[in-house]
Amino acid sequence: MPLLLPPASGGTATTPTEETTPTEDWLVVPLYNEATVIGGVIADALPTFPRIVCVDDGSTDGSGDVARAAGAVVLTHAANLGQGAALQTGITFVCEQPGARCLVTFDADGQHQVHDARDMADIVASGEAAVVFGSRFLDGRTRPGLVKRVVLKFAVWFTKQSTGMRLTDAHNGLRAIRIDAARQVDLTQDRMAHASEIVLQLGRTGLPWKEHPVHVLYTDYSRGKGQSVWNSVNILVDLLFK
Amino acid sequence: MSGSTLLIQIILLVGVAVVSTLLTRSTAGARHQAIRRLFLGMFIVAAVTSIVFPQWLSRAANLVGVGRGTDLLLYALVIAFLSYISTSHRRMNRMSRQITRLTRELTLAEARGAHLGAPPRPPQDDARPGVSLDRELDEDARTDRPS
Repeated sequence: MPLLLPPASGGTATTPTEETTPTEDWLVVPLYNEATVIGGVIADALPTFPRIVCVDDGSTDGSGDVARAAGAVVLTHAANLGQGAALQTGITFVCEQPGARCLVTFDADGQHQVHDARDMADIVASGEAAVVFGSRFLDGRTRPGLVKRVVLKFAVWFTKQSTGMRLTDAHNGLRAIRIDAARQVDLTQDRMAHASEIVLQLGRTGLPWKEHPVHVLYTDYSRGKGQSVWNSVNILVDLLFK
Repeated sequence: MSGSTLLIQIILLVGVAVVSTLLTRSTAGARHQAIRRLFLGMFIVAAVTSIVFPQWLSRAANLVGVGRGTDLLLYALVIAFLSYISTSHRRMNRMSRQITRLTRELTLAEARGAHLGAPPRPPQDDARPGVSLDRELDEDARTDRPS
């Protein structure tokens, strides 16, 4: 769908009323039972993103303590609610922080690259777009398996049907969202279907968006934990019967 | 006979379709509740009638192309069961949404307490639609603060 660019070229111009110009970019990391890797993920990201909030979604393996020790702000859900619920808690938290300019949703399992997140936050900061979606398929770096590719293509088609947005990668967890756009997000899909819901809600804001090529590392670890193909059936059911 | 067999098929299919659309619709208002209660009333009347005059049930079954009254009863039960699934599914969804909001507010209230430097949420942020529970909890949190 064609994009409407704001008349007075976005970014800093839209928030002139703030006394202090917001300058902080936050990483929002939903966290559930990733104790073995989360420490390294936080340590890698902290030099680039000094502000990191981990939403510990009722982990039972002490992930929250590991993240806190690594230097992140940790919010704890009393019970496991799902990735979408954790993401929304993190988004609401960042929206309350004075000085927050932008937030980047980032996976806890280490499959995302910090420099990709940095590039996307910089695009938001430059005012070029209010929302930047990461995409694995804008260049040839990421190589998912055949079944995964088919499922992801279907997700792209489904997203286009339901939102009218032509994204090349509908279920990428890496997104940079300017704070005014993030305030308009209210996810009700607690589980995996939030990925479609967030695209829909961000699309409805009418703010300019773009895609940015990112590299997703499919390590043995993330493959073992990642979404199985069966999950796509659950996502579809969650979206249809709400 | 085949014509009236088709009739019961149509009736059952329409019943399934209605239940399915109710299942996919997200709004539940006073109208739905009223309709549900009317259905319950009709169900009671039908049940009583079929007990008092069992031959009426068979006659009604024959009228729509089902051989026996018990079969008609079975079909009606299938529809009733499906609609029960649909309503309980929606109730469960609503409840889990409430639990999510409650947990989130608890988490955020805890975070506000832990990072005392952070000021309370500015009022503009509360403008998000459909979060009455959030607002209630927020107001509770604010009255606790000496301001």
